[in-house]
Amino acid sequence: MFGGRTALLLRGLRPWLRVEPRRHRDSFRDFTKEFDKFRQKAKGILPGSDWTPLPISRDLPPEQADVVIVGGGVVGWSVAYWLKRNEPQSGAVRVVVVERDLSVSCLSSARYAKASTVLSVGGIRQQYSMPENIQMSLFSANFLRLIDEYLHVIGQPPVDVQFNPSGYLFLASDETAAILEENVKVQRMEGAKVSLLSPAELKKKYPWMNTDGVVLASCGLENEGWFDPWTLLNALRSKAISMGVYQSCGEVTSFTSDTTEMVTQDGEQIDFSRIKYVNVHMPNSTEYASIQCSLVVNAAGAWSSKVAEMAGIGTGPPDSISGVKLPVEPKKRYVYVWHCPDGPGLGFPMLIDTTGAYCRREGLGGNYLGGISPTEEEEPDIQDLEVDHEFFQEKVWPKLAHRVPCFESLKVKSSWAGYYDYNTFDQSPVIGLHPLVDNLYFATGFSGHGLQQAPAVGQAIAELILDGKYKTIDLEAFSFNRLIKGEKALERNVI
Amino acid sequence: MAAPTLLRQCRGIVSLLYSSSRYNSSSTSSTANPAKVGVLQYLCNRFYDIETFVEVSRALKKWNLHRNNRFCIEACERYGYEVGAAVFVLNLKGRIRAWGQNNWHQNSITKWKDDLNFQRLEEVRLEAIDISGSIISYNGLDNLVNLKALKYLDLSRCPNIDDWSLSRLTVFRDTLEELSLAGCPQITERGLACLHHFQNLKHLDVSDLPSVQHKGLVRILLEEMLPQCDIVGMGYGETEPPVEGATNRREMEEHPEAAINLKAREIHT
Repeated sequence: MFGGRTALLLRGLRPWLRVEPRRHRDSFRDFTKEFDKFRQKAKGILPGSDWTPLPISRDLPPEQADVVIVGGGVVGWSVAYWLKRNEPQSGAVRVVVVERDLSVSCLSSARYAKASTVLSVGGIRQQYSMPENIQMSLFSANFLRLIDEYLHVIGQPPVDVQFNPSGYLFLASDETAAILEENVKVQRMEGAKVSLLSPAELKKKYPWMNTDGVVLASCGLENEGWFDPWTLLNALRSKAISMGVYQSCGEVTSFTSDTTEMVTQDGEQIDFSRIKYVNVHMPNSTEYASIQCSLVVNAAGAWSSKVAEMAGIGTGPPDSISGVKLPVEPKKRYVYVWHCPDGPGLGFPMLIDTTGAYCRREGLGGNYLGGISPTEEEEPDIQDLEVDHEFFQEKVWPKLAHRVPCFESLKVKSSWAGYYDYNTFDQSPVIGLHPLVDNLYFATGFSGHGLQQAPAVGQAIAELILDGKYKTIDLEAFSFNRLIKGEKALERNVI
Repeated sequence: MAAPTLLRQCRGIVSLLYSSSRYNSSSTSSTANPAKVGVLQYLCNRFYDIETFVEVSRALKKWNLHRNNRFCIEACERYGYEVGAAVFVLNLKGRIRAWGQNNWHQNSITKWKDDLNFQRLEEVRLEAIDISGSIISYNGLDNLVNLKALKYLDLSRCPNIDDWSLSRLTVFRDTLEELSLAGCPQITERGLACLHHFQNLKHLDVSDLPSVQHKGLVRILLEEMLPQCDIVGMGYGETEPPVEGATNRREMEEHPEAAINLKAREIHT
């Protein structure tokens, strides 16, 4: 009986006996795991390791950089790309591009909601009056042609900007015909291929056109047309990143600068300053990061005067040099897309009317897009990107329908608005150093031509930074000094 | 254990061979053999050393292209642009015919000189050039653009002729009567649009252009644009299967309404 009870007890104990060693072993394993973790952490805290007690945000910019580019539009990325391409040795220049409008992981166009680059019509032309503009545009056309050699990233499909070599057609009225002829002379001298057409030739070549009021027309034969801006931006960005440019998502809120006071011979006091840190506000958080830098490039497009103000430009007394503001303002421009099944066909170029209205073909399905620059009195409000549809009905349509009678019947399909980085002083870009802020470069104020001039400007700024002077195209005419002197670099437009 | 892995790898390679054809859909690529590029691409993704190899082969190809498309400066300086162009074309194994000649010439330049017994070399004018199947590129056209009286130009099956090159041909807009672009893999409908400058064109061959989308529609638009011209090689009913991995813009052209609405929406969100 006793033996039986022992057996029962033992049977009762058996599960316990069975489980216990296993449980014991498990806790021992956990303990060694914990110990390993602890050891790792302890190792991490030792000086010289990467571990910090605070979690790291992924999009933080590096703490130091040689060049900080404010604005990640096509101009900003072009500057970054050319800096990396022309650097004397691999990794010599540390470049950061700060853009508030993009998310690092997302490559969809929805992210660049306000950026002028992707909202542009994507045209490129050589029909300017200033030799610098013509040279820049010729360089850019060459860049676009060889874009796959410039921007090819190994392992990626080839870059194709979908260039439409249809050319620009400028129409001139009686008053502007002489200017047009003179402009064409300059353009030909610079190497652009432009042909002049009389109204009779125009009528023969483009039978859909009403040539009333047209005295002369100029038509670009080569290197003119339109392309996909989104592809160019993306290709520049991915190439620059593959070459080691840092991209940071955030908004530049202020600069930390050193200021030195100096007195001129006339006894006027001048403050020289030098930007030491760029303070970046990270999106959707209260976090700030400051980048210690030696040079800053202001490529913030329509918002670049805000950036300039942060560096103290335009904040001084009105008659001094530091009182000269960067005269770049955002201006809203509308683009309308319409459908017209009987419209002009494949030979339809980018048409610039005598009134300033423009339009072009979009694809093959009878779609067209176009618009007009409003006069100063009717400048729209720039708070949002709402499109004014009455503007098309009242201002754009009558002018286009007069020039191209088959546009009498059309159906507006869609529209959008974008910002111009409009230079209110002379509608020409501001490129180069500021005389008082020692290390701030401008590449802004393109007044709607930023996309087509971006490759050339990027190269020019990179030359200015790395070599100290312009080598390929001399852009001295667009320096900030002209704003101080009050000399306008005016483009003599036909429109 | 090794066999299934190997099989999977093989499948990977095979699928890459197929998918590599999408690189051809883009107009900037000029891949002669897609299979080769596919394998290289595959290896490139796996091993970093191959990248260098690919880069070197690209550079070599570019150098060769550049070398063959140089401007024939000596001939141009001594005998003028027409002879320079003749030398260039004959070097690329093309054929030429001068004004007043009845036969094509495709041998050496000295023999051609003998044929022109009644003309001085400086006065010769090229009437026709057949440079089909050669590696002439945009830069190579430097040699041709100064010709005064070119009537016939055959650029068929030239892998490096693209839309940009087509816009360069506009210098011949008053003289050119026959143009063949058959089988150029890089030419798209965007480039064909700039043919509207050619008012005297009588014959245009646009057969077998793999990069042109909506061939039927393009054919109609070309006829509308060049009413005096006889267009061959592009049927009204021709459509092509949708290209895998086509770019956004292409899709947009296929469904313009939807795409534009989409674009507008994207922009406004």
